[in-house]
Amino acid sequence: MAAVEKHPVTGAGPLNGVLTWIDARFPLVKLWEEQWGKYVAPKNFNFWYYFGSLAAFVLVLQIVTGIFLTMNYKPDAGQAFASVEYIMRDVWGGWIIRYMHSTGASAFFIVVYLHMFRGLMYGSYRKPRELLWIFGMLIYLTLMAEAFFGYLLPWGQMSYWGAQVIVNLFGAIPFIGPDLAVWIRGDYVVSDATLNRFFAFHVIAIPLVLIGLVAAHLMALHEVGSSNPDGVEIKKQPLNPQTGLPLDGIYSHPYYTIKDSLGVVVFLIVFSIILFFLPEMGGYFLEYNNFIPADPLKTPQHIAPVWYFTPYYSILRAVPPMFNSQFPGVLAMALATLILFLLPWLDHSPVKSIRYKGPIFKSALALFVVCFVILGYLGTEPTNVWGQFGAWLGGADRSTVVARICTVLYFLFFILMPWYSKLDTCKPEPARLTW
Amino acid sequence: MVRRSWFRFVRALACAALLLPFAAPASEGPQLQSAPINAHDLASLQNGAKIFVNYCLNCHSAGYMRYNRLQDLGLTEQQIKDNLIFTGVKVGELMQVAMDKHDAKEWFGVAPPDLTVTARSRSSGAGSGADWIYSYLRAFYRDPTRPTGWNNLIYENVAMPHVLWQLNGQQQLVVQEFTSEHEAQAAQIAARSLARLDEEVVTKDGKQTRLYVLKTLQPGTGTLSQVEYDRFIVDLVNYMTFMAEPMRLERRQVGIAVLLFLGILFVLTLLLKKEYWKDVH
Repeated sequence: MAAVEKHPVTGAGPLNGVLTWIDARFPLVKLWEEQWGKYVAPKNFNFWYYFGSLAAFVLVLQIVTGIFLTMNYKPDAGQAFASVEYIMRDVWGGWIIRYMHSTGASAFFIVVYLHMFRGLMYGSYRKPRELLWIFGMLIYLTLMAEAFFGYLLPWGQMSYWGAQVIVNLFGAIPFIGPDLAVWIRGDYVVSDATLNRFFAFHVIAIPLVLIGLVAAHLMALHEVGSSNPDGVEIKKQPLNPQTGLPLDGIYSHPYYTIKDSLGVVVFLIVFSIILFFLPEMGGYFLEYNNFIPADPLKTPQHIAPVWYFTPYYSILRAVPPMFNSQFPGVLAMALATLILFLLPWLDHSPVKSIRYKGPIFKSALALFVVCFVILGYLGTEPTNVWGQFGAWLGGADRSTVVARICTVLYFLFFILMPWYSKLDTCKPEPARLTW
Repeated sequence: MVRRSWFRFVRALACAALLLPFAAPASEGPQLQSAPINAHDLASLQNGAKIFVNYCLNCHSAGYMRYNRLQDLGLTEQQIKDNLIFTGVKVGELMQVAMDKHDAKEWFGVAPPDLTVTARSRSSGAGSGADWIYSYLRAFYRDPTRPTGWNNLIYENVAMPHVLWQLNGQQQLVVQEFTSEHEAQAAQIAARSLARLDEEVVTKDGKQTRLYVLKTLQPGTGTLSQVEYDRFIVDLVNYMTFMAEPMRLERRQVGIAVLLFLGILFVLTLLLKKEYWKDVH
């Protein structure tokens, strides 16, 4: 049976015929219009709304550069380190690709953290966007796994010992832990077997999950509509009789297509400054110790994960071992990420946006961010970085005490939210966007 | 208004986050001296390459570096073959060593590490990798208690003997103790040498006192004067910095071109955005 020709597609110029032919067989125009072309977004997106499209951009950047790196990288404990240096020296343009990928990894987390902070500020997780938030959180967890697996591949000292430490965390789980750790590594220590499977996870398994989740995240977004800095639901507004759109809505294409392109250019400027002039970023993006090949017999004095994991690493270190087990720390670390999933049900404020929330929420969020940054910084340093308290505190490490206080505040931000978000004196939400 | 105050808050937070690393107290221990290297000085780089293959490459490898990459330093393949390759390998091959790793371990206690990227791996908060190597190679002193007869102020009890001792002479360690930190610092400046300042708490007659132990070096007499030896090390460090990242100068040049392009693209995109958004505002 011949395909049924639906309405002929117009507007694509000489390609009208091609598009009509495809459209009779595949919902291309429908897909485009639903997902972006005719998607209506609030017109007052500010600075913080750039980071969603930037995250998508960095994802593409990482996938494309990753493909080219795989062409010369060797997942072999004997050759991995040398193959990275080979890419840096002997592969034409290899150093650009490699620095793009290593800078891109950190950029991904910066962009995602700012994107999540936007969600916290403007209540983007509130009804009806709970599932959108959950998809986002799943992307975040998957991204952490992707970064962790990828970080072993250069096979430097920090790659090796970082992986050793993190896999050992699973070993702290009661009963099944030790066997689980061996099962993850495929060996009793991090070895060639571990490198090979981490390579498989990093280049195919996790990216597939990531792309699927990103698709779900975007579809959920285009279903419920974007939030905005005022927390006004434009879908509930009366339609503008002239345009047929909600009063404060505009087509995302071309308006946000062009605006986000501007964001991408600005991002690329910052990205290029780091890539071309500070590729190590003072040892935070490329750790200095990772220029030493992995040596299973030589434990570095100070093992620290890359900066984007350090807030959780600090929480892990802050929790003292109980019953001769590190498990409470591991549990606290896991809960610190998982508790974010509950956010849509913890926030009982009558308004969504920080613009109309009261002083309690503003202070709580500010305190939370300060704690997160301090935890992140402390995680990059050894525990004696700030020296010790005097005898009155048992000579405890100052940084450990600070990390403990920050850990408690981190959790209190979430645990107390149902109460303080209700107590807060909020301003009324407007009916129209205020810019 | 609300938005602006939030922007200010976030900006303050970002500043605080950036400044945090500097809030840590000044570190004790060895103090690195800054290496006065110049990546554009081809004569220095070529001399450094010569020093490297003559003095270092016999024990240490540079196993990720190809000889023909030295063409970046203005040398021809023939010059490299004639002057810098002693083992008869082809010019496109890596800078390997013949010494067996197991033998090396037996002789030195540890196999000499590969030096290709040492100028990167030795970077730390205390200084760049170049600063570390520059300080380290000038910090050897006579120590009869060590198996090699040498010790190092920057890398204590290092396994490597002072292979450049004929050039450098035999430096002697000078240890001074001070009860005041200021005096110790003043003495360190006056010594005008590499120094290591350590704080020690000693119990004397049941009383705890703080001691500041300053270790400095007294120069020896070698075939090179001190200034000549420093220059010799600068050239070597300059070369090792090049070897650690041979594309460094190219990277910056490309970076400037990319930023110029992005600058133009930014202006065009901004104008386009303004044009489109006229009907929204």
